[in-house]
Amino acid sequence: MTEKPSGLFHRDRGWHPPALTPLYKTSVKRSPAAAPIAMPSTLSEDTGPVFTRDILGPQDADLIHNFASDGQSAIGPRIIVYGRVLDETGRGVPNALVEVWQANAGGRYRHKKESYLAPLDPNFGGCGRVITDEQGNYEFRTIQPGPYPWPNGPNDWRPAHIHFSIFGRSFGQRLITQMYFEGDPMIWQCPIVGTIPSREAIETLVAALDMRRTVPMDARAYKFDIVLRGVRQTMFENRLEGL
Amino acid sequence: MVQKLDTLKESPSQTAGPYVHIGLTPNFSGITGVYESDLGTTMLGDAPKGERITITGRVLDGTGTPLRDALLEIWHADASGIYPGQDGADADVYGWGRCPTDMDSGTFRFDTIKPGAVKNRDGTPMAPHVTLWIVARGINLGLHTRMYFADEEAANDADPVLKRIEHQVRVPTLMGQPQGDGTYLFDIHLQGPGETIFFDI
Repeated sequence: MTEKPSGLFHRDRGWHPPALTPLYKTSVKRSPAAAPIAMPSTLSEDTGPVFTRDILGPQDADLIHNFASDGQSAIGPRIIVYGRVLDETGRGVPNALVEVWQANAGGRYRHKKESYLAPLDPNFGGCGRVITDEQGNYEFRTIQPGPYPWPNGPNDWRPAHIHFSIFGRSFGQRLITQMYFEGDPMIWQCPIVGTIPSREAIETLVAALDMRRTVPMDARAYKFDIVLRGVRQTMFENRLEGL
Repeated sequence: MVQKLDTLKESPSQTAGPYVHIGLTPNFSGITGVYESDLGTTMLGDAPKGERITITGRVLDGTGTPLRDALLEIWHADASGIYPGQDGADADVYGWGRCPTDMDSGTFRFDTIKPGAVKNRDGTPMAPHVTLWIVARGINLGLHTRMYFADEEAANDADPVLKRIEHQVRVPTLMGQPQGDGTYLFDIHLQGPGETIFFDI
């Protein structure tokens, strides 16, 4: 008898940020007030789009160069970000599409609605993507983004961070999160980080400096593993009573 | 002490923020030349089977103001109720779309085909529906919902997910309203009197 996928592990909503987090002011009018209605996942959530490497360009995983003019490169501390996409059972997730975006080294995003006075870097766009290998490994190269102030409280700053969007095997595993950097004191000041209820959960978003993976005289390395919801495997046919 | 379960915790979610477009639809945000095109803008190949439809609407906050910085993704089956990747799926139905809301009007739009009924785990049919996932600044964990088709009354009445909703008065929030030309209007209310049902899947 072979194992069959039979639905997603239930999401631990006490581990994720709640919808309403008043210290992150924008959530106040954008948070549903009714409780989300629980349902077991169906084929509509257990399946999902599959992305293949033919969508990738040669520089998609190199944010230092993918927007730069020929012979130029982005300004800032050069880093490699690597890690694995896993699910809650500890299995690596192969062929997961990982999309990232970030500010430049001065903390400025390339976006028409962005108004921070720090300058744009003409050689930095701020987006990259990669598809995990058979073991769930990914790696990309970029510059370390800067912290920046944002309109929330009168003096709120975001810690340096990289946004991550991940597709696993299932549409129900869809996740967006942010990676922070080991040792950054701004992490513990940030109202967006503070939407996450526990310090233990926050620490899972802090990437570790890994000197063994640095490229000497070139780039330091940070390790960031991402965990998606698990897919339940069973030796037995599931028979649900009703739904 | 007992043995430890060898399970990990899911990475906690963080908001997509105001600049989600840079990462997910860079061409839309004006960052051109990095990716050839934005993923999820085309949902159909040359000869998909089924009725062509457009799904359009807005995402509204608790004051009724449309979000102009949200991003939606949808996922649906082909006209026979088979998902891409499953045996027998229509290769010209990609099933997945991604659309940022317009930076001025706040509208989103997906051009695709109407999905067929998908089988529930116990083999009974679910009414035709589209799964949606909504992220934006101020949304801490991406919101899952479904759009059903208001003109599929019989199927909707028998749908196992819709039937188990305690507050039936809220079910209309999941109905795409036909506009007569293959367009279905589906406004998503994050909060307020007509708050859309979101699912904890």
